[in-house]
Amino acid sequence: MEMPVPDAGVIKRKARIVQRLQEVLPLSAVIHDPAETRAYECDGLSAYRCAPLCAILPSSTDEVSAALRVCFEEGVPVVPRGSGTSLAGGALPTADSVILGVARLNAVIETNYPDRYIRVQTGRTNLSVTGAVEQDGFFYAPDPSSQLACAIAGNIAMNSGGAHCLKYGVTTNNLMGVTMVQMDGTVVEIGGAHLDAPGLDLLGVICGSEGQLGVVTEATLRILHKPEGARPVLMGFDSNEVAGACVSDIIKAGVLPVAIEFMDRPCIEACEAFAHAGYPMCEALLIVEVEGSPAEIDEQLGLIKQIAHRHNPVELREAKDAEEAGRIWLGRKSAFGAMGQINDYICLDGTIPVSELPYVLRRIGELTASYGLGVANVFHAGDGNMHPLLLYNANKPGDLEKAEALGSDILTLCVEVGGCLTGEHGVGIEKRDLMTVQFTTEDLEAQMAVKDVFDPRWLLNPAKVFPLASSDARRHQAA
Amino acid sequence: MQPETEIELAEAVRAAKGPLRIVGGGTRPVGRPIVGEVLSTAGLTGISLYEPGALTMVVQAGTPLAEVETALAAEHQRLPFEPMDHRPLLGTTGTPTIGAVAACNISGPRRIQAGAARDYMLGVRFVDGAGTVVKNGGRVMKNVTGYDLVKLMAGACGTLGVLTEVAFKVLPEVEAMATLTLSGLDEERAVAAMSAALGSPFEVSGVAHGAGMTRFRLEGFTASVTYRADRLSDMLRPFGAAKVESEPATVRAIWSGIRDVTDFAGKPGDVWRMSVKPSDAPGLIARMGAEVRLDWGGGLIWALVPEGTDLRGRIGPFAGHATLVRAAPETRAAIAPFQPEPAQLAALTAGLRAKFDPRGILNPGLMT
Ligand SMILES: Cc1cc2nc3c(=O)[nH]c(=O)nc-3n(C[C@H](O)[C@H](O)[C@H](O)COP(=O)(O)OP(=O)(O)OC[C@H]3O[C@@H](n4cnc5c(N)ncnc54)[C@H](O)[C@@H]3O)c2cc1C
Repeated sequence: MEMPVPDAGVIKRKARIVQRLQEVLPLSAVIHDPAETRAYECDGLSAYRCAPLCAILPSSTDEVSAALRVCFEEGVPVVPRGSGTSLAGGALPTADSVILGVARLNAVIETNYPDRYIRVQTGRTNLSVTGAVEQDGFFYAPDPSSQLACAIAGNIAMNSGGAHCLKYGVTTNNLMGVTMVQMDGTVVEIGGAHLDAPGLDLLGVICGSEGQLGVVTEATLRILHKPEGARPVLMGFDSNEVAGACVSDIIKAGVLPVAIEFMDRPCIEACEAFAHAGYPMCEALLIVEVEGSPAEIDEQLGLIKQIAHRHNPVELREAKDAEEAGRIWLGRKSAFGAMGQINDYICLDGTIPVSELPYVLRRIGELTASYGLGVANVFHAGDGNMHPLLLYNANKPGDLEKAEALGSDILTLCVEVGGCLTGEHGVGIEKRDLMTVQFTTEDLEAQMAVKDVFDPRWLLNPAKVFPLASSDARRHQAA
Repeated sequence: MQPETEIELAEAVRAAKGPLRIVGGGTRPVGRPIVGEVLSTAGLTGISLYEPGALTMVVQAGTPLAEVETALAAEHQRLPFEPMDHRPLLGTTGTPTIGAVAACNISGPRRIQAGAARDYMLGVRFVDGAGTVVKNGGRVMKNVTGYDLVKLMAGACGTLGVLTEVAFKVLPEVEAMATLTLSGLDEERAVAAMSAALGSPFEVSGVAHGAGMTRFRLEGFTASVTYRADRLSDMLRPFGAAKVESEPATVRAIWSGIRDVTDFAGKPGDVWRMSVKPSDAPGLIARMGAEVRLDWGGGLIWALVPEGTDLRGRIGPFAGHATLVRAAPETRAAIAPFQPEPAQLAALTAGLRAKFDPRGILNPGLMT
């Protein structure tokens, strides 16, 4: 993956930049020893690594503002970082950049049940937001599989989703306000405990902007009361096509499950070996979960089972109790880990119209075979967000490049059938150079114009999202 | 001007010599009165794609909202955000278009549970102020590819670009619905009751208060609605005995009245719309001294005030925003219809306008 040539002038000024940062931050918040900056050399896309100039860990919005002001004056690029679980290289540093980590900003500022929101500092992990309100029966809905580790900061930057977003929406649908620091240190308050924007929906464009418009330090998030109960059902099918058709029928029938998850045979086998969830060995599995009171659950699952029966399932297993429900989810939740045990993989994230599922699954199989690689599919079927895991061997020269080329082909296929490059993981560096498959020059110009307004010198996470060639002039006028 | 295609529309914007007033159905004359040549989207019509099994619909911006709703109803689906019809309140005539619903981010009572128009907009095509055609988003349900300009366009009221096509996520129509009504609560108690309902697991899809009646809507499968109506009634017992109405036509009529604020239709006075933190509502209402209707559990206040009243001046600083929705053009020229923004946000807004509409010709000044 090509990255811009680091600014030699910045690297030469390291001592001075570190010193200026130490003047505005506690000593322990400025990490500059190469042995320690290594910890920030990559995120979840670990095939790419580069240690930053230094890393800073501010503890307040004021400290973030003061530190950004220094970087702005010194002309140093800044890469914001939450927990570093991005699968797109969104938090990958360059050698001339400062990593700004929000890990120390992890407090709950306010919980308000009558008005149903929580305000947190953004370094707080996704799961611990729910953790702060669940004793009172509430939860924060977006639930990325990485929720134990990932921070709200990263969720907002990537507009992350999760298994339950079919019903509850993704981050942007649950975000009410932010405090954000612009590259020049200006602090802005956007939104709050009320709904909708007074004028332009700035919050809407900040969410999903991959750390390129500002550093988000605080967030107001919508919380909901937990449903009375939830129950999954597991269904096995003879082929991917049949499972895909079943998904489409369920959606059309007017039942709105909270989740419809899909796994194909390679994935089922790996999960079974890893987690012993007791999955049936078949071509495709669906996990469908519904919510409500016991009677409501019975009614919805009754309908879903009726639909499934029309597709001759080889297995139909409804969880009888919490323990069985846990086992049904166990395999799915450990899918990435399980695949990681047996292979190196690249996780794609393209989204397609649900109606194209059978065709796209078949084409993915054909394309993968033509590259001589393996693939396992596990994904959020209800909304067409696919996660093909492309299996390769990192120790075999050329294999990564082959997998990346296959990845490009598959993502191009997703766009061709009316879908997009990424449904929830973001563009980062990973899909940056494919943006021209989905967008015209004009489309990209319009997006870059937004960055021009928020960060005119293109110092915030500059080498991400847009093809380097498209952003070249902007990044250079900045330097 | 009434172009028939996106290409013609782009050409018209490019060739424009002065300000353009963008009009869909012309049923929602909101914001600062503006002068300019009319650019109508009414020539861009038709549903380009509708896949009920994928819950998606792609529509040309000038398509009448009614046409969209009819097509959806035929497949037993609907627009979940329940867009308000402004005609009764504003006393306008004409045909609301889907493009204006999107451009003005128009939602209804279900906004509190299901989300706003912006939450169901999957993609847009628009012509910016330079006459350039831009697309953003797409037609799939999850998409984080590049910046979300869809949200930026939703609510920009045409000032950043003229929408030509919008893709929506739609949802199944429900099998049954019910309304629970409590009577005689004051605003303080009503907001408390509404908060309790919204903080319950019963998925209330509308909570409104006005004219001494506090309403709660439940929707879904029949057995489920019945069950939740019972449970919610029990829960609301401290606030009084709830009357349950489950005849669909009646329930629909109640909520379209709330959605369109028909209580204020034809009544003299200006109408303001405020979005606030629900628990702030009773205090704000006390400061207002106006007739009000509450929606969104108290988070949305509709206020009827004497003509020419500057409501913001009357109540002083508050958290949230107030929009002057109905007033004579002179009033809307004198009092900012949209909430003035703090300096830093105003700077960002101005910057975006300068980028997307460098000549300042798209509904210029409408949102100031
Ligand atoms: C095993 C695994 C499973 C996953 N499952 C899911 C899933 O189900 N759904 C999903 O959507 N994603 C998933 N992800 C991807 C990832 O967890 C999400 O993208 C997550 O939101 C990243 O959060 P983070 O805190 O780790 O951010 P980081 O990786 O640290 O950063 C991500 C991006 O956010 C920016 N950023 C960080 N902090 C700030 C800030 N304060 N202000 C502005 N920008 C900032 C960074 O610059 C970067 O561009 C998964 C990842 C892994 C490893």
